[in-house]
Amino acid sequence: MEFQSCVKIINEWDIVAARQLGRNVAKELGFGTVDQARITTAISELARNIYLYAGQGSVSIEKLNINGKSGLKIIADDQGPGIEDIRRVMEDGYTTSGGLGAGLPGAKRLMDDFDIESIPGEGTKIIATKWLR
Amino acid sequence: MRIPILKLYDCLLVSIQWELDDVTALQFQEDLLHKIHETSANGVVIDITSIDFIDSFIAKVLGDVFSMSKLMGAKVVITGIQPAVAITLIELGISLDDVLTALDLEKGLEKLQQELGD
Repeated sequence: MEFQSCVKIINEWDIVAARQLGRNVAKELGFGTVDQARITTAISELARNIYLYAGQGSVSIEKLNINGKSGLKIIADDQGPGIEDIRRVMEDGYTTSGGLGAGLPGAKRLMDDFDIESIPGEGTKIIATKWLR
Repeated sequence: MRIPILKLYDCLLVSIQWELDDVTALQFQEDLLHKIHETSANGVVIDITSIDFIDSFIAKVLGDVFSMSKLMGAKVVITGIQPAVAITLIELGISLDDVLTALDLEKGLEKLQQELGD
């Protein structure tokens, strides 16, 4: 880990701040425009979920360099109500907020690695990584 | 900041020039419907050439704008979807199947004329 930057998610504007940070880091790392859009979109989905379901939390962006492989890691962390049924929230079209239900399954498809940990009553942590090809 | 909506004959023309936040997107939805009502416009072109990503929220707003305008008798064409935006939308699982689209503003206006039958 050589670089980490964090945005607190408290209101709608923080969603914009988080994705702008992600886009800038993705650009610096040399990701192309399509991967930049994938990363920005994934961050937007994760940050919005924090805002919608947990009220507040944080999104951190990390530059990775492991065995000569560069990547960008997103860590979305909150102390919200947690997710009872993770399998269900990873289904396309499942929503409790009147949205499209594309957020989490979509973010997973946009990224290369996607890991979700959640404890009901304690919070949710999602770690997603995109590797530079 | 509000997104300007211009009237051109019996159509409305919108060019979204900056990254949309949630509040601006919802404000735009409402403004556009009021403008349709006010001007009796029967067609709308929304150009998003400058937009370099669309998440599920913005996609829902754009889809809703299309359906809501249709309820009011106005057709909406969305133009200028960038390659990166098309790729990420489909990967996200959003195909906006019912929404009319065209490559650029010019083709969007042509499509609108065809749709409106004149």
